[in-house]
Amino acid sequence: MSIIFTGGTLVCPTGGVRSGDLAVVGDRIAADASGTERIDIAGKLLAPAIVDLGVFGIDAVACRAGGIVRVGLMPDQAPVLDDPGIVARAAHMGKPDIWIHPLSAATQGLRGTDLAEMAINAEAGAVAVATGRRWIADSGVMRKVLAYARDCDLVVVAHAEDGGLAGDAVATAGETATRLGLPAAPAIAEALAIARDVMLAEETGARLHFRQVTTAAGFDLVRAAKRRGVRVTCGITPAHLYLSDIAMSDFRTFAHLSPPLRSESDRQAARAALADGTIDVLCSGHDPRGPEAKRLPFADSEPGMAGAETLLPMGLGLVRDGLIGLDRLFALLAHNPAKLLGLESGTLAAGSPADLIVIDQDAPWQVRADALAGKAANTPFDGLPVQGRAVRVIKGGAFL
Amino acid sequence: MIDGGAVFPHRHLTGIEGLQPHEILFLLDEAEQWIDANRSRGPSDHRLDGVTQINAFFENSTRTLLSFEIAGKRLGADVVNMHAGQSSVKKGETLIDTAVTLNAMRADVIVIRHGSSGAVQLIADKVDCPVLNAGDGWHEHPTQALLDALTIRRRLGEIAHKRVVICGDILHSRVARSNILALTTLAADVRVVAPATLMPQAVESMGVTPFTDFDAALEGADVVMMLRLQNERMNGGFIPSTREYHLRYGLTRERLKRAEPHAIVMHPGPMNRGIEITSDVADDPERSTITEQVEMGVAVRMACLDVLTRRSRGVEGWA
Repeated sequence: MSIIFTGGTLVCPTGGVRSGDLAVVGDRIAADASGTERIDIAGKLLAPAIVDLGVFGIDAVACRAGGIVRVGLMPDQAPVLDDPGIVARAAHMGKPDIWIHPLSAATQGLRGTDLAEMAINAEAGAVAVATGRRWIADSGVMRKVLAYARDCDLVVVAHAEDGGLAGDAVATAGETATRLGLPAAPAIAEALAIARDVMLAEETGARLHFRQVTTAAGFDLVRAAKRRGVRVTCGITPAHLYLSDIAMSDFRTFAHLSPPLRSESDRQAARAALADGTIDVLCSGHDPRGPEAKRLPFADSEPGMAGAETLLPMGLGLVRDGLIGLDRLFALLAHNPAKLLGLESGTLAAGSPADLIVIDQDAPWQVRADALAGKAANTPFDGLPVQGRAVRVIKGGAFL
Repeated sequence: MIDGGAVFPHRHLTGIEGLQPHEILFLLDEAEQWIDANRSRGPSDHRLDGVTQINAFFENSTRTLLSFEIAGKRLGADVVNMHAGQSSVKKGETLIDTAVTLNAMRADVIVIRHGSSGAVQLIADKVDCPVLNAGDGWHEHPTQALLDALTIRRRLGEIAHKRVVICGDILHSRVARSNILALTTLAADVRVVAPATLMPQAVESMGVTPFTDFDAALEGADVVMMLRLQNERMNGGFIPSTREYHLRYGLTRERLKRAEPHAIVMHPGPMNRGIEITSDVADDPERSTITEQVEMGVAVRMACLDVLTRRSRGVEGWA
């Protein structure tokens, strides 16, 4: 079967933004196609489907609504993804709607003490190793993780928060946390962790990806490390680009995130780091949580947000704000995360997997927690008017 | 005819935050009438006859619970106490479920203490009756701030422009937060004193001046308010030892000389004698207002219970 998409604007992270046709033959993008079905997408955008690096739950419905066809699944599952059988099972769980690319645990049970099997888990389908929701406190262990992962040619996905400083904190120290009386950690908890891990990555030659960097001091360290040639990359979710810690006012537990929301000056630094290229990945951080985890006093609630369905419109908002171009948005959403995980996806180049989304980039809608399609309603953007949604999702040449 | 909706339009009292100066003063004025009535123990007041007051205490308390119970009974309310130890909270019931249960029992007013900041607001959003915060985590303890303000006003005549020094564990203290909010709203000059490990970040954004040097902070003080140092903060966690804390932050007669000669000494209780305050200061009837604060507490809580239930009781001008 082959299809030609016509009448739309092609958004390719590697080839730029242009109007034109795109051919799909079988499950691949083709240079050209003849005798095929033509689909007129009438002025809409055609872009690579989103590759979401670092989700905590498998939520095919939310992914489909959000234009996501591949997810990097964090190892923080029950049971932990630290064993080839568990990894292989996780890799098959999304079929047929999404591809799940497991990130295997860097240490056994994510306890931060003993190396987990990396090569065997990679053979079972893991595409990276990750430290999980927490950092690895022992620098000696982290050094071994990085050195060993480099030998296996696997990127290490790290959580950038010094555990000693973060402790039981649920907020960033500052006026909002002080007024609410919430346990808070200073924002430098992030930079401290980044400083250590960057030095270890530099020394071991490992590839290191911080799933989320959210503070000015953190971006400065990543920026400087990249300039020195350290193989370091970083990501962020829309929450830290759009919201500051004021969003926690009135004890709104949907704004209880990890890392916590930051000060307004850190939010501005994040937007600057997005514009100047310091940030490589925009991800949803999708972490569906039901009322039993969120309808609690703030400090007793679980952190995390349902982000899959809002990732695309919030990303398009960054383009509308003039922060980045469309092609860069899809580098952040698809090409860069795919590259980090060793996937061919994330581009419109001929020969790539036909993972595509058709986007109505102006379609207005309102984020409503009670109207989300996915497993849970914990969005920090409840009530926000947004624009843009994926109207068609194509995975491996097939419409979902 | 005073329109109650305009004088005090709030359904709950979850905190001092959000109260206007005239609303705080209204509650203090309402409390005044109960001070003399409580002292004389004249004919009982029956304005809360038939009103069911539930004191839901998810955290241990003796003094505050007793104060709310007496306040309700003095006004004729049927007071029921629920202790966390006896409740299904320990069986894993969520706070929301507990709130829905309390609501279904048709309470007319619920007084809540809980160990987590924001817990009282969470319950208030789920029930149909007025909710009074008796302390939530490190967040707020509004009736404590009101009784402290009433004590200051009665001793010093007014609150505006008085220099109030609050000393102790500011970081973990709901008493400090509510007092900061109430006293700055009433235009007092508020100084907070704590070792750096017990001082919240950006506290100056709440309109107070932070000090780590107690002696310096005491200069010109009209009010010295000492906070209780909780056991779990002592001995290495946030301060090296209680004797070192006493050396730097203990209120002694000698140290009190730095304050104004008329300065009053306050403490929300229970005191750690010999740690944050010495007995000779605590027991000095000229300076210490500690027992008076307890007395004001009953009056303030009577006023709050009365005011918050006026709408449901159909009091003229409030319905």
